[in-house]
Amino acid sequence: MTDATAALTTAPPPAPRVLPSAALNWFGVAPFLIFAFLFLILPTLHIVVGAFQTPEGDLTLNNLAGLMAPQIVKPFVLSMKISLLTAFLGCLLGLIIAAAVTKGGLPGWIRDAMLTFSGVASNFAGVPLAFAFIATLGRLGLVTVVLKEVFGLNLAAMGFNLISFVGLTLTYLYFQIPLMILIITPALDGLKREWREAAESLGASTGQYMRMVALPVLWPSLLGTFALLFANSFGAVATAMALTGSSLSIVPIILFAQIRGDVLQDPHLGYAIAFGMIVITGIANLIYIVLRARAERWLK
Amino acid sequence: MIRSARFWSWIAFGAGLLYFFLPLIGMFEFSLRAKRGEYSFLAYERVLGDPQFQQTFLYSVVMALFTIVWGVFLVTPTAFWVRLKMPKLRPYIEFITLLPLVIPPIVIVFGYIRLYNTSSFLPLTGSALGTDILLMFGYAVLALPYMYRAVDTGLRTIDVGTLTEAAQSLGAGWITIMARVVLPNVLVAVLSGAFLTFAIVIGEYVFAALLNRPAFGPYMVWMGGNKAYEPAALAVIAFTITWACMGLIQLATRFSKHERAKR
Repeated sequence: MTDATAALTTAPPPAPRVLPSAALNWFGVAPFLIFAFLFLILPTLHIVVGAFQTPEGDLTLNNLAGLMAPQIVKPFVLSMKISLLTAFLGCLLGLIIAAAVTKGGLPGWIRDAMLTFSGVASNFAGVPLAFAFIATLGRLGLVTVVLKEVFGLNLAAMGFNLISFVGLTLTYLYFQIPLMILIITPALDGLKREWREAAESLGASTGQYMRMVALPVLWPSLLGTFALLFANSFGAVATAMALTGSSLSIVPIILFAQIRGDVLQDPHLGYAIAFGMIVITGIANLIYIVLRARAERWLK
Repeated sequence: MIRSARFWSWIAFGAGLLYFFLPLIGMFEFSLRAKRGEYSFLAYERVLGDPQFQQTFLYSVVMALFTIVWGVFLVTPTAFWVRLKMPKLRPYIEFITLLPLVIPPIVIVFGYIRLYNTSSFLPLTGSALGTDILLMFGYAVLALPYMYRAVDTGLRTIDVGTLTEAAQSLGAGWITIMARVVLPNVLVAVLSGAFLTFAIVIGEYVFAALLNRPAFGPYMVWMGGNKAYEPAALAVIAFTITWACMGLIQLATRFSKHERAKR
């Protein structure tokens, strides 16, 4: 113990004292590393390895080839579509609201209230969120009933169904938009007023300022958040499950059914699906991390 | 021009307000409809009186508390030790703590089921207690990104090295240092991580459903499939809990700012 302190305070530390304490140091982080290995890394590795194995344990690429079957490709395409759409709309609408609240000349308390609410709403996902939307836009929901009885608009007759692609998109946006607001607001704050004034003094219009100054600065943040929102919606299970039961075949729901009851009758195809999910969310997050590092350059 | 910008800002804000508040109003209104022809709290009475609700809710609350305690004991000494002795390790630890945001939870629990089944080296799913422990570990993994970041941010504001040396020169051992120097200093940060963990665990569905434990999330889904008005009441309750947790986080951070300003 005193050795460790000495090594810390005297610089440069004498070599023989450092070695044993450096080895001892690992004991301090060992519980965490063991826990992370056993309950985060090993389970994931097990799935990844399983995706390349036959039930007998031989190496194979057949499971991955099995992903090409139409019954698997379709859910992946559907999941990609829904994640791309909710990420895009979440980014766009979140940006508009965040810009309105931070730069639009609204009273300051609205900004704080909006950020607090976004913190809550981005965590209000899963089962209760689905219930809230059923109670609002479901067949007997408040908005559905009011539109019908007060305005004579029949949503169902107009082809709207909450338990559908559109309905799920609308529901996912409830946590996607707030997440975007939370992430993009600091980036918007990073747009310095001097930049705008400089642009204006050089004769730039608002459109030119946005196109040539604001957007290039915000671009990495926007793309990065897009990737994050994409991954966020790609892995979501509970909301879709509670909203649609299993009538909408997105990847997580297929995987859920597979884990529960081996509905695909091929356990290792389940591994392959899970592996596919990791690859897709992994790529999305990698993009997020790289672009965030680039975006932070402007936030100093 | 500025006036028109403000006008459009109000429009955007108003549209956002509509989108975000209508579902909340709808959910509340729906939860009051259980009695035909009048508003009542009947759905809430039914939910709160349901022994299933009481059991699953209690189960999830206890799980959340255990998860928080486990998370704090795991994360705080690690974050402290890394800052004090192994700063080079920090990016790697941070990367590990962010992994649960990258790997979908359903994949992690899939791994658990395959890895810790009755025929494995660690047959946790063989007994109810073992499965509870596994579920608690799973929740701790889900909470890891938030917990670690909260504690690490808290540690950033104190001078870990000096405090440790001061404590050591007064004869304190590592346990005393952790309990009486580090923990009180990062308590506010720990609290905000804890409340977020609580909000996550209470509503969690996938882990509990696939590990077959009687938690609140699966109960809510079951109600959604079988009852009309009770789910809306449950949603209101869940939303209130989320708000309460976020409110407490805000309160904790404000409290900490206040304290720092005094110094």
